[in-house]
Amino acid sequence: MSDTIETPSGAMPASRTRFGSNSGQPMTRRDGVLKVTGGATFAADNHPEGMLHAVYAAATISRGRVTSLNVDAARAHPGVVEVLTPANRPPLAIDPDTKPYPFAFRTEVLQDDTVRYAGQPIALVVAETLESATEAARLLSPTYDASPARIDFDTVEPFDPQAVGVGSPPTAEKGDVEAGLAQASHRVDARYETPGQYHNAMEPHAIVATWDGDRLTLDTPNQAIVMSTGSFGAWFGIPAENVTIRSPFLGGGFGSKAIIVGPQILTILAAKMLGRPVKLALRRDQMYGPVGHRGATRQEFRLGVDADGHLTALDHLTTAVTSTFEDFIEPASNASHDLYATPALSSRHKAVRLDIGTPGPMRAPGEASGSAALESAIDEAALVAGLDPLEFRLRNYAETDPASGKPFSAKALRECYAEGAERFGWSKRPLEPRQMRDEAGRLVGWGMGTALFPASMFQANATATLRADGTALVETAGADMGQGAWTALHQIAADGLGLDIGSVEFRSGHSGLPDGGIAGGSGHTATAGNALHAAGTDVIAKLADLATNDENSPLFGAGNVGVEARDGRLYRADDPDRSQSYGEILARAGLAEIEGAGQGGRDPASAEERAMFSHGAVFAEVTIDPDLGQIRVTRLVGAFAAGRIVNPRLATSQLYGGMIWGIGFALHEEAVHDKRSGRIMNANLAEYRVPVNADVPAMDVILVDEHDPHVNPLGIKGVGEIGITGTVGAIANAIWHATGVRFRRFPINIVDLLEGAAAR
Amino acid sequence: MNLFEYVRPASIAEAVAAAGEPGSAYLGAGTNLLDLMKGGVSRPSRLIDLTHLPDLGRIETSPDGSTRIGALVKNSALAHDPDFAKRFPAVAEALLSGASAQLRNAATVGGNLMQRTRCSYFADTASACNRREPGSGCDAIGGENRSHAVLGWSDHCIAVHPSDFCVPLAALGAIVEIEGADGRRKVPLTDFHRLPGDTPEKETVLEAGEMIVAVSLPAEAAAFAGHQRYLKVRERTSYAFALASAAAALRIENGTILEARIALGGVATKPWRSQAAEAVLTGAAPGREAFEKAAEAAFAEARPSGDNAYKIELGKRVVARVLAMAAAGTPERMPALPASPFASETGAKAHV
Repeated sequence: MSDTIETPSGAMPASRTRFGSNSGQPMTRRDGVLKVTGGATFAADNHPEGMLHAVYAAATISRGRVTSLNVDAARAHPGVVEVLTPANRPPLAIDPDTKPYPFAFRTEVLQDDTVRYAGQPIALVVAETLESATEAARLLSPTYDASPARIDFDTVEPFDPQAVGVGSPPTAEKGDVEAGLAQASHRVDARYETPGQYHNAMEPHAIVATWDGDRLTLDTPNQAIVMSTGSFGAWFGIPAENVTIRSPFLGGGFGSKAIIVGPQILTILAAKMLGRPVKLALRRDQMYGPVGHRGATRQEFRLGVDADGHLTALDHLTTAVTSTFEDFIEPASNASHDLYATPALSSRHKAVRLDIGTPGPMRAPGEASGSAALESAIDEAALVAGLDPLEFRLRNYAETDPASGKPFSAKALRECYAEGAERFGWSKRPLEPRQMRDEAGRLVGWGMGTALFPASMFQANATATLRADGTALVETAGADMGQGAWTALHQIAADGLGLDIGSVEFRSGHSGLPDGGIAGGSGHTATAGNALHAAGTDVIAKLADLATNDENSPLFGAGNVGVEARDGRLYRADDPDRSQSYGEILARAGLAEIEGAGQGGRDPASAEERAMFSHGAVFAEVTIDPDLGQIRVTRLVGAFAAGRIVNPRLATSQLYGGMIWGIGFALHEEAVHDKRSGRIMNANLAEYRVPVNADVPAMDVILVDEHDPHVNPLGIKGVGEIGITGTVGAIANAIWHATGVRFRRFPINIVDLLEGAAAR
Repeated sequence: MNLFEYVRPASIAEAVAAAGEPGSAYLGAGTNLLDLMKGGVSRPSRLIDLTHLPDLGRIETSPDGSTRIGALVKNSALAHDPDFAKRFPAVAEALLSGASAQLRNAATVGGNLMQRTRCSYFADTASACNRREPGSGCDAIGGENRSHAVLGWSDHCIAVHPSDFCVPLAALGAIVEIEGADGRRKVPLTDFHRLPGDTPEKETVLEAGEMIVAVSLPAEAAAFAGHQRYLKVRERTSYAFALASAAAALRIENGTILEARIALGGVATKPWRSQAAEAVLTGAAPGREAFEKAAEAAFAEARPSGDNAYKIELGKRVVARVLAMAAAGTPERMPALPASPFASETGAKAHV
């Protein structure tokens, strides 16, 4: 059978996979060759017949009103077909300032002339070419009635939010923090700052919208394909089943492609209005505004430590930024809930409203910025306690979840510490800072951080169809964001069927398939994977039923002892010499195929009983030129325990990616606003710096063995986000160890190093 | 992007004639110009594509011993030309520290000299910028200006010249060959770019229609080959402009510096040769004391234009360090991280 990946432009040959191995094997990406040869079709690669190009004009003020748009000039530009403004924008079925479906964010769809942040869409131009639309959007030459931008975090009065993250409570308390602090031998009181950060997926948000009557087809990258059909449909008053989303590949999502945003809605509206397909692809600078970001935080810690180096209290107060019209509060304090044992724990959140685009979930939302600060604070606590940072963490090892008191479903963090420390050579670390130099006299420092991420699950469905020729088809609407879902989910599905992966066709990335759930929260492989596996075992159960009831089958009567499925045959569990191929069983039953279905999701009872997390430990070495302030992360070792590893190659790659994000968080990434206009002045990949290859000299990932029987039937946790956590703190702590100066503002840059050295 | 006319001349003479029209711009690789056009920052009405002109892509040694680099030579081709890199190692090192490999493979020598500032207010058409729109003001003053100039700035413009390549060129006395309607002329690179003064929009001495045809390094510049380096401090290891950089070239005999060449990048409004710093070193013994004195001299006139006072101290340290690196001798091989403070002395093992 053909081994294909369905794409909107038709079936293409997938890259060769290695056969004879499924889960647990380091298979290469099935879509790898397509991607490196340009054969993978991303949303913006679609050009249906008659397609028009849309470009939106973005506000250049941060607060106020648009007082005029030169629509005539834009319309007069050659190639322009339509200009949408609040004056002529056709009605939508829902109010954009309400939240009518799950994960809805209030957004801008030209509902009025108000400007709420710089970069907000204020008009949409549709033209025959991209260049024509771009120039016409410029010709709109908006004028404004502008109010002063409120952009400075520290000058705005905080408020108490109702919820943080996606519906989490803003506070959690356990024990008496004040009493714990009062009885402490040592205190750490420290405040950390993290900046606004932007997802910057390589693939910008793009959409091609095509209407056929009241049926809508969307080519757009999406992290929650089936759920989004209902959300998109709601804007246009059509049912979910009228919406088809094709999203075979995402060029990175990181949380920003799970949420429906104004520019997508406007594009669909324009396509409806004009009766032609319309494409919109955001420019890089337009990725800094309407599509979410990681909100800036200020995080204050109060830690108490007793004479033996045990925490007596941990108080974590985050103030996070959100927009003036929507709440997404980076739940950074929640990073302190589940990691270190303490008799008294308090986590709280406040928020400030600025004239910016609404923040949203961005790879490890809350966990990343919370961990950056927490792991720095824990390092400061180890220092005041006079303990090695690893020893301090071991003394405060949580045997049960500190916030809930529940047992962990599995926790191999101690093994992560041990294996990571061994690989890194941590035992040779001098306790005092500024003790190590390289051969050129540069300062060298070693630091560490603990990594933690919840083992989330959503709900997913899958189907499996076994065919008479012994091959199978498995289907779920999963989302491959580059993490490798095309490969890892396929491996799991083949295992469920007891087939080699080469005999199993996998269809995904299309809303017409069973709901694959959300590719988010590091829970996609666990959720969709369990659904696929269950669909396969459902087929096998039906097949076994046929065979064991067929008196001419070698498996007849094996119902009680059971059968095993492997390599396309069923075997009697107690006698491997008695077996029958799937094809023979179907043929004898006179069936062309057998269908099965499966679901993935968390068992509520299990969730109630146990705390479920992936864990890890990250060790960093930095080298610093003391005169020039230049920093380099010269080594990173991360050891992670995340349950069953479906594909070690892809899991390692995911963890590398997370750790590299950690480098960016620690040293590079920061959106810089002009304080007067509020505009982001570095909205491009040259000046919003993410790490480049030369910033990542040596990485080592250790996959620590962990069997977790409680998280889900397959024991799968997630690896997508945990790599960022731990890493940021490890690097900051290594910088302290190199210099003897504690930097509490991220990213830590050259000017900080120069000023820190001067202040020493 | 505005509508524009596209012209592909067959000769330099045709190119110069075509560029006489107001609103014309020469197109090399377009690595900078096309970005600016897409952003509406540059809006030429006519593009004159030079990339098909013959004879501008050669690196040659002239009869007088000078090295002549055609305006269309690619950055990477020049940096990787073994003979050129041996004679002018700091130029090669500066080239390899700039942009990214992909950009270096496309970008041209002439285009490098003509690149515009990366001041974010210049690139943001909603901001006031005297360089982009004369008389509109300068929003970089009082704005986000950590990376702006401490030398050569005026109340009309504080933007830094971004080139790495031009820094060692300035140090080594490069000459720019220019062709215009009135024929060919030669201008020292240090005179090619203008200080902003009260006309920051006039960035070079090029008159309307004039084009760069070549850049030459004089014969005597090769005498510095044994002691020349480029050092660049930046906020990530590659694909970042300099916060402060410097090129140093020394002629050392019997423990004495006979002649020194020093130029600065990332701190000034144009590629900035410091003859004051060079003078301090002439006749001095190479060593920390002399290098720090030279660094002081190089920044004697520096003053912050905003939140960038740190650049003065950082710049001095860069000068002192690059002088020490140059005095230690040009490495036999190009370091794995060209111009980085992490480039090891031997070039080995800088990047595991």
